[in-house]
Amino acid sequence: MRKAGLAFTLCLALVLGSPCAPAGAQEATPDPYAQLASPHFDAIIAGIEALGRSGDDKALATLQALGAHKLMAGSEGVYIHAGTGLVDARTGQQNADIDPASLHPVRVNNRVRLVLATARAELLLAQGSRAEKHDALSRMLTHPDASMLPALDHASADPANKSLRSEFEAARAAILLSPGAPPVALNEQLTAVSAIKKTGGLGARSLLTRAAALEALAPQTREAAKKAVASIDFRLRLWSYAQDLFYGVSLSSVLLLSAMGLAITFGVMGVINMAHGELMMVGAYTTFVVERLIASYIPALSPFSLILALPAAFVVSGGLGILIERGVIRFLYGRPLETLLASWGVSLILQQAVRSVFGPSNVAVTTPGWLGGAFALGGLEITTVRLAIFLFAIAVMAALMLVLRRTPLGLHMRAVTQNRRMAALMGIRTARIDALTFGLGSGIAGLAGVAVSQIDNVSPNLGQGYIIDSFLVVVFGGVGNLWGSLAAALALGLGGKGLEPLIGAVSGKILLLVLVILFIQRHPRGMFPMRGRGIES
Amino acid sequence: MSTHFSFRSARWTALLVVVLALVLALASLLPQGSALSVSPFVVTLCGKYLSYALLALAVDLVWGFAGILTLGHAAFFALGAYGMGMYLTRAIGARGVYGNADLPDFMVFLSWHRLPWYWWGSDHFLVGVVLMLGVPAVLAGLFGWLAFRSRVSGVYLSIITQALTYALMLAFFQNGLGFGGNNGLTGFKDVLGFDLTAPSTRAVLLALTGVILGAVLMGARALMGGRYGRVLVAVRDTESRTRFLGYRPEQVKLVVWIVSALIAALGGALYVLQIGIVNPGEFAPANSIEAVIWVAVGGRGTLTGAVIGAVLVNFGKTLFTAILPEFWLYGLGALFLATTLFLPNGVMGLLRHVPRKRDEEVTPEITNPEGSNA
Repeated sequence: MRKAGLAFTLCLALVLGSPCAPAGAQEATPDPYAQLASPHFDAIIAGIEALGRSGDDKALATLQALGAHKLMAGSEGVYIHAGTGLVDARTGQQNADIDPASLHPVRVNNRVRLVLATARAELLLAQGSRAEKHDALSRMLTHPDASMLPALDHASADPANKSLRSEFEAARAAILLSPGAPPVALNEQLTAVSAIKKTGGLGARSLLTRAAALEALAPQTREAAKKAVASIDFRLRLWSYAQDLFYGVSLSSVLLLSAMGLAITFGVMGVINMAHGELMMVGAYTTFVVERLIASYIPALSPFSLILALPAAFVVSGGLGILIERGVIRFLYGRPLETLLASWGVSLILQQAVRSVFGPSNVAVTTPGWLGGAFALGGLEITTVRLAIFLFAIAVMAALMLVLRRTPLGLHMRAVTQNRRMAALMGIRTARIDALTFGLGSGIAGLAGVAVSQIDNVSPNLGQGYIIDSFLVVVFGGVGNLWGSLAAALALGLGGKGLEPLIGAVSGKILLLVLVILFIQRHPRGMFPMRGRGIES
Repeated sequence: MSTHFSFRSARWTALLVVVLALVLALASLLPQGSALSVSPFVVTLCGKYLSYALLALAVDLVWGFAGILTLGHAAFFALGAYGMGMYLTRAIGARGVYGNADLPDFMVFLSWHRLPWYWWGSDHFLVGVVLMLGVPAVLAGLFGWLAFRSRVSGVYLSIITQALTYALMLAFFQNGLGFGGNNGLTGFKDVLGFDLTAPSTRAVLLALTGVILGAVLMGARALMGGRYGRVLVAVRDTESRTRFLGYRPEQVKLVVWIVSALIAALGGALYVLQIGIVNPGEFAPANSIEAVIWVAVGGRGTLTGAVIGAVLVNFGKTLFTAILPEFWLYGLGALFLATTLFLPNGVMGLLRHVPRKRDEEVTPEITNPEGSNA
């Protein structure tokens, strides 16, 4: 290893074009390890720079230790503070003779850190693993340093680094386009511009912006850089639109989820269930309870408690819905405005009940690891939870469609909706269907509650935040029409997020509310009114 | 829903309200400690109840007589309160924290340099009155004209009234709107030169609220007991038939809608005078729904019932929240349920000698799944 390092130094010296110094002449230059122990920052920096260029196989470990504040300086040299004791940085030998009390940490300031990072990158390029090299290259892209050009060229010539070719090119291009770069031919400059342009992103943009103003570069290069900035801007703008679109779709899917249950109870049954939001809240609290139960009894299943919470929330909220229907709503059929007041009463009681049991503050529902975090898709940042809720909303909608279209229950439900008396005459037990329909709608509210528990605060007031929006979605889309609800949720979600950057979130929401109010004035039965004799009284 | 067109009880209620308010006001002026004296707390509380009674009356006019279940009437109440609050804020003058005679404190705090145009002239009481009544009336006119013209009714109307007050709440929460954001308007000193904290001012305000409530009650009685009231109830019960008879339901409804908004705004203005603060929370949709339940408890379409309901429920709320604060929501929720399930005509229904069978007289008001195709 030592030999290889020496050979590397020699090659480096050749590349640098400096006179090839004999090995013995190194004595004349100050010892970098001794410099690190110096109290002067200038000396420390010189030492770090020298280590970076040295290619010494101990240098990397030394610099890493310095970065981790584990490099101690003594009168004899510098020592790495390893777990077992002190290691002489120069030799890599354990050194038990040194009194730790006589040592002090190598001094570090911001200037030192900057140089350290560059030196470390230089060493990593030569000695690091592929991932380390990749990191070093991306660092060079953001902090181009002309002095690293030789090291870069040397490393990129190494056949082992073939897979990182484009990264090497980009890093080289960044250096060529930076102040202090060695002058190169015009076409090489232009290649550099296009290499940077290819990397995209804000880093490339700022690099090119700087290059466009750099006197040292050829006018054609600066022109090309300017054009590249414009093209990156355009691409970034497109991505940001796409990002807004994603946020909008995500908001839409939450709206759709919260409105779907209402579309059943309100749309199909004509019951105005003001407790709908509270049924969502109950679903969210069920998630919390299921999570706690599983954590304390079957911890092995903990990562999947969210999935187990789905049926639980459906059953709890659905059961509660059936209870509400049997206990209250069924006495009020045909008096929709009275159901509104009665269910408001139910919602107050549910809120207070949850507050009494779980306390007035938020409870913590954890997001399972597999649902946490975000990933990049091109220039998009996709939050996993939001993506999951989007898919979940689609799944729930599809399932609901299937139930309504393909099952006997759905058939009976539609029959009762369209003509209650006729359905009863055909032998459908309308009262039972009413209870089941209300239960289905409430159960879906519970499912929505599980989803919402992942992105919103789970508190007794959770339902209040959704009820008005859900009603607007259902009314705007056209009562009794699931596709209408979907269209309305998309319109409100995308519209809300679309207006947000223009006039702010709250003003956007106000404007949207006003627009919906005006729309309903023009089309009192929503975008897709249900047609048929059964609907008009 | 049955409707008698005499409302004899309304006259007695009006008289009772006025007398009670006057007596309380006078009693509050007696030296504290004497057997008959009334504490300022009670005076303020009664003033609040009576202001709420005005709101309830406004809801009763549109819900009881026009069949419009409004879920946004608190918006008009709050707008009236803000209108009066603007005058009261300007009346603080240079006595604010920042001592700026031209700008209210919160505007100084936001480092605004000029009054927004919609605050111009608000330092005059009369302009304040115009703002407090005019803005809700114009808003109600615009909203009602649009809604009734295109025959938005029933649930749909309820939902958009709720959306209206929700949108206003969001708007008033914003600092940029120039109404004090979260904190609203408060810190008032005096009205027309009278110190708002002085017992005499409070007594006069209470008496004034009582007199106004009585007058509004009598006015509503006259309006509903007359020809207009009959047409309105006809519109409520069978809108299309009334239309076929040559009436214009949208105009009939628009009139009651605007009148109702004005009454609510008046209630709001009297409220802010006595409570001394108005903030965006007044616009909360829950407040509007609560106002509906006051009317339901008292008995809708009876005028007197609205006043009784408002006072009764709010008195209950005062008691409950003092003794068992956690149980108030249970109580209120149970009240909603019990009223709709067992007391469709409210307290007034109980007071009537002959209990009426509701079904005989009810005509479907909106979409009725049971009666479809019938």
